[in-house]
Amino acid sequence: MNLVFDVLTVLAVCAGAFFFLAGTIGLLRFPDALSRLHALTKADNLGLGLIVLGLLFQAEELFVALKLIGVWLLGLLAAATVTQLIARAIQPAGLRD
Amino acid sequence: MAFDAGLAVLVLGVASWTIAARDTFAAVVGFVAYGLLLALIWVRLAAPDVALTEAAIGSGLTGGLLLGASARLRRTESLAVGEKPAAALRAATIGLCILVSAGLAAIILLLPEPAPTLAALAAANLVATGLGNPVTAVLMAYRAIDTLLEVVVLLLSLLGVWSLTPDHLWGSLPSPHYRADSYETVTFVTQLLAPIGILVGIHIFWIGSVAPGGEFQGATILAAMWILTMLSGLVDAPAVNRRWLRLLLIIGPVVFAAIGLAGFAMAGAFLAYPTNHAKLLILIIEVPVTLSVAAMLTLLVAGPPERSSHR
Amino acid sequence: MSGAMLYGFCSTVLVGLGLYGLIVHPELLRKILAFNLVGGGVFLLFGVIARRGAAIGFGGDPVPQALVITGLVVAFAATALAVALLLRLFQETGRAILQSDKLTDAPSDNSQP
Repeated sequence: MNLVFDVLTVLAVCAGAFFFLAGTIGLLRFPDALSRLHALTKADNLGLGLIVLGLLFQAEELFVALKLIGVWLLGLLAAATVTQLIARAIQPAGLRD
Repeated sequence: MAFDAGLAVLVLGVASWTIAARDTFAAVVGFVAYGLLLALIWVRLAAPDVALTEAAIGSGLTGGLLLGASARLRRTESLAVGEKPAAALRAATIGLCILVSAGLAAIILLLPEPAPTLAALAAANLVATGLGNPVTAVLMAYRAIDTLLEVVVLLLSLLGVWSLTPDHLWGSLPSPHYRADSYETVTFVTQLLAPIGILVGIHIFWIGSVAPGGEFQGATILAAMWILTMLSGLVDAPAVNRRWLRLLLIIGPVVFAAIGLAGFAMAGAFLAYPTNHAKLLILIIEVPVTLSVAAMLTLLVAGPPERSSHR
Repeated sequence: MSGAMLYGFCSTVLVGLGLYGLIVHPELLRKILAFNLVGGGVFLLFGVIARRGAAIGFGGDPVPQALVITGLVVAFAATALAVALLLRLFQETGRAILQSDKLTDAPSDNSQP
């Protein structure tokens, strides 16, 4: 059973690392700031989420697993906020009611 | 070993970027990344308490402080272009730095083997202090005077920052006025994150007696939540002549020093604890110190008063 | 312990890099940044010494680790004071760089808040 968990961890962490790589390449190669933000959100949501998923298989107790998920959710919150703020700074909403 | 090598190369790369970047804002961003990578190195060096402190204070609070300063100083960037040093000075500086680094590397190679250590002494007296975390035992029991002086140094540097106020603004509000933004993004995040952050801060402070954590790490998270509420415009910065603020700032060092002086009566020396009450006394010291340090860190980031209290 | 030794050499290069940045940059904020880099390198050196003192089931000697925690907090306090001084200098004189030429005219206006 431990071997299965280890294999799943390695697979999930590799997939997460792939999304981080994709996000970084997008950050370096996309033409303008808004599309770069778009690339970074993939890294934060999927990349961090897959890595946390992989680590969940290694957690010994439930509380540790809940803390890991909490880390992912807090990371999501911070990334989403900052992305919103940067995007608004670049391009204020055109339509105001 | 390969992981360590990769991490070391990464840290050196980010540090070089911080030194070589043209734009000050980019250099500060590089510095924040450098701090977080340094926290990873601390974990690899089996020092999780230091990793928490580095990530929170060294990278987080210092990064926030420097970002604010670099935003205000953006207009001076063009003035510095004419002042860059000549190539000869650069070459001489590189030579000096290589000399200093080589000297330090020689010291590392000449470190005594086997390494001297105080771990045995720390472990031997751990049970008497009632704590489970040896670093907290060193901070609060073996070298408590260092921690007391550290808190006093924080307070003195805050006084130094306040002393930079223009005369006519003495005692008024620090930090620029942040309006609650009309898009309500930061407001929403603050209202969601601040309660969670305060809970996490208190947890990290409390768990520091048996696991990695402690009062400075917890105080930093509490300070970060206060700064967040000020940044979002939900709470205005307190005027520095408010009595409750000044009481909050001094209650930590005063309780610490009082228990220290009481140590003469209880156990025969300054900051000595009687054996069966050590944990209780440490707790009585830690709670006000955490609150005071949180206030000190917040006000250090907010800066000297710069707005009048009257509208 | 060769991982710790690697970080030791990394810390010496960090001190060298920071020293270079401290001397070469005319902007005062960059100097403060470089000074923090030097501080990080010095603390890392402490950490390597702590790691080498691992014994009795502890991963490292706790005394240097506690010293580094104290040092980090004091370094932040010093940085905060330095930044406040820098911003005040900018308010008073309008520039935030270290000038190498002779004294300029004394600043005549104390700027408004």
